[in-house]
Amino acid sequence: MAFRARTVSIAVVLVALAAVPPVAAALGQPFYLDLFRRIMIFAIAALSLNLILGYGGLISFGHAAYLGVGAYAVGILAHHGIHNGFLQFALAIGASAAVALVIGAVSIRTSGVYFIMITLAFTQMLYYLGISVEEYGGDDGMRLAARTQFGPLLDLASPTPFYYFVLAILAGFVYLVHRLVNSRFGMVVRAAKSNDARTRAIGFSPYPYRLAAFVIAGAMCGVAGALLVNQTAYLTPEFMNWTRSGEIMFMVILGGIATLIGPVLGAAALLLLEDFLAAWTQHWQIILGPILVLVVLFARRGLAGLLPGGGRDE
Amino acid sequence: MSDALLEVRGLAKSFGALRATDNVDLDVREGETHAIIGPNGAGKTTLIGQLAGNLRPDAGRIRFAGDDITALAAPARSRKGLARSFQITSIYREFSALDNVALAVQAHAGHSFRFWKAARAEPELREPARAILEEVGLGPRADVLAANLAHGEQRQLEIAMALATRPRLMLLDEPVAGMGIEESQRMIRFLAGLKGTRTMILVEHDMDAVFTLADRISVLVYGRIIASGAPEAIRANPEVRNAYLGEEA
Amino acid sequence: MDPILILEQTLNGLQLGVTLFLMAAGLTLVFGIMNLVNLAHGSLYMVGAYLWVLFAKLTGSYLAGVALALAGTLAIGVLVEIVALRTLYDRDHLDQVLATFGLILFFNELVAILWGRAAIYAFAPAWLSGHVELFAGLRYPLYRLAIIAVGIAVAAGLWYVVTRTRLGMLIRAGASNRTMVAALGVNIRLLYTVVFGFGAALAGLAGLMAGPIYTVEPGMGEKILIEVFVVIVIGGIGSIRGALAGALIVGMVDTLGRAFLKPTLATVLSPTAADAAGPAIASMLIYLLMAVILALRPAGLFPARG
Repeated sequence: MAFRARTVSIAVVLVALAAVPPVAAALGQPFYLDLFRRIMIFAIAALSLNLILGYGGLISFGHAAYLGVGAYAVGILAHHGIHNGFLQFALAIGASAAVALVIGAVSIRTSGVYFIMITLAFTQMLYYLGISVEEYGGDDGMRLAARTQFGPLLDLASPTPFYYFVLAILAGFVYLVHRLVNSRFGMVVRAAKSNDARTRAIGFSPYPYRLAAFVIAGAMCGVAGALLVNQTAYLTPEFMNWTRSGEIMFMVILGGIATLIGPVLGAAALLLLEDFLAAWTQHWQIILGPILVLVVLFARRGLAGLLPGGGRDE
Repeated sequence: MSDALLEVRGLAKSFGALRATDNVDLDVREGETHAIIGPNGAGKTTLIGQLAGNLRPDAGRIRFAGDDITALAAPARSRKGLARSFQITSIYREFSALDNVALAVQAHAGHSFRFWKAARAEPELREPARAILEEVGLGPRADVLAANLAHGEQRQLEIAMALATRPRLMLLDEPVAGMGIEESQRMIRFLAGLKGTRTMILVEHDMDAVFTLADRISVLVYGRIIASGAPEAIRANPEVRNAYLGEEA
Repeated sequence: MDPILILEQTLNGLQLGVTLFLMAAGLTLVFGIMNLVNLAHGSLYMVGAYLWVLFAKLTGSYLAGVALALAGTLAIGVLVEIVALRTLYDRDHLDQVLATFGLILFFNELVAILWGRAAIYAFAPAWLSGHVELFAGLRYPLYRLAIIAVGIAVAAGLWYVVTRTRLGMLIRAGASNRTMVAALGVNIRLLYTVVFGFGAALAGLAGLMAGPIYTVEPGMGEKILIEVFVVIVIGGIGSIRGALAGALIVGMVDTLGRAFLKPTLATVLSPTAADAAGPAIASMLIYLLMAVILALRPAGLFPARG
């Protein structure tokens, strides 16, 4: 029964998201389209992090790196006059996967506190690399030369088709994660999180599975990055700032770790909260900070735990 | 004794100045149930850790079925046919009993780089898991969350997971630890039923279990094996009585 | 290459190393003894700098400013420990990371509200300014020498406390086996607060000394915190010796790399290539070093636990 209720919850959320463009148009508020598209893009990033963090127990504080890699892949190609979406997204995915493979190969050999700090350090490394490469804007970043085009099919410069493109990717990734975490592969990753010693004792070496999960999550986040740069039409190393990693992590926790709908709810909650607070005062972070601390201390199950059929059972 | 399934020679492990394992030799024959007993602090846990692959010895060799496994880590030893149950229950608390055992089956059922099909829908994983749960007496509890099982049931689950990996040798670390009298009896009867079909190394405090199940006993005191042989010989051994059994045994 | 320049940069590397050590010592103890991942350690560095700016201006005296800033940072550190961090000792690392991340946002914004977001340029007092002639041709800023001297003094002091006092013994014991120390009846809460306060004061000291060299601005703590993480990972968690070794290595590699990589590359590559690759690789150098060391020693060079 919980399974059914969970599917319905997810469907409701996706349908609600699909309804945003017509509603926004009817209200004459194109801003909402923009806002919810941004929420969905971050939901994709949070979804990818949830795979390794929520289900896998890998506290990666460097996930924003892949937003950056994906964004720069698109931005750099666009800078050189290549606006073909197939090529751009292929590079975004490939580059993110490659970077994740290298970083993961080194980091996953460690655990606990070391792992957190190493993933953080590697992200900063990429951030500094981004800053020091003057040709692509360096510190200041650069504008996206032109939005991505998928041939005659789709031009991301049109707001509404872009919106549904993101929604389709989000829905697709939700389903992908669902299949992954219930597959043999996913079971090993989850088992390794639940009890590492036991997992080794029955005959699994967690390392290759964790690494594979890390690479998949990186690639997914790279897609989010490619979408993000189209959203903002601007490219900056700030995409890779570790505070961004922290934000994404918060979305995962806020929404509920190891749930499918959690990342979406978490992204929505955090971004809406930020927007709301920012309208109130330019010093909104001083309110957000303590709120986050309180959430961590008192609201561990996250928002997904509030929905019918929500919670961790998968 | 080259027909020994497990052959340990000169095993040693120190923690600083403490010699937890002090030049241990051990032979376990195929099909036998070999108990390792000794007072607290004798180094039993350290010894099991080295046999299972969790601790690297400072010196010595371990041969299993003729192969030198000293340098192998735990997962590799499991794949070779060495299973272990933990003294402090170590199961997957968030998964059901059936999921727990199915994972153990999965570890020895081909590779797990399958990304799409639901593992819970695979009969080649679920059927053997169910069968093993029936065997240990947890059949009706298959769908209960492991965290919600009674302590004794969780110990049974430990054994089930070890069995599910189809081992040649089982390392059982205090299988009846923390169990009530009835449950212990049941477990001992169950293990007695396994005798002969699998080789078992049993670390135990419970003398009832030891003398019922063991074909041979080795006594570990301060990291050294002070005696090794048939139960009656051990019972009668004066050194052993002094060091461990006292006069009541 | 000019040997004077090399010497100068080596001293700079030493100075950076010392700053990193002051931060790393406190943080590594907190990791090792309390098993607490504290991302807000950089905030204490920042607080130290800002408090010094405040008190130096209020009292008109550099030393009074330093003393008050140290006291203030210590007080704030202890306050944070009691109010926010105690509940985190029993939580898993993820909770600790996120909660202390929330604290970072809070402190950065607090400082921005009180002092504005613009960077503050603070100056060393006149009696610490100027250059000193070290030997033929090498004139080095007195202030940086002072930092190095203070750092060495602190390192020596820490060595003494850790190896020769009872507190130090408790710290070493706690770093290698926390539960045992608690079981032995030591007032673990007090020990934790003392260790944390100690670390906070050191971070504050690093911050106020760094003020005149790097700018004082919101977020200054996070920039250096990442390097401190690299130091701790390289040195090994829980070990002061590791923190010292790691800090010196990172300080040297980073400084010398930034100074000399481009010119070195220029000898084998074209000037434009060296111009582009030099700074890029130099900024990544310490991370690459960290990766290499971890590949060989996953627990760092001098881990506290055996």
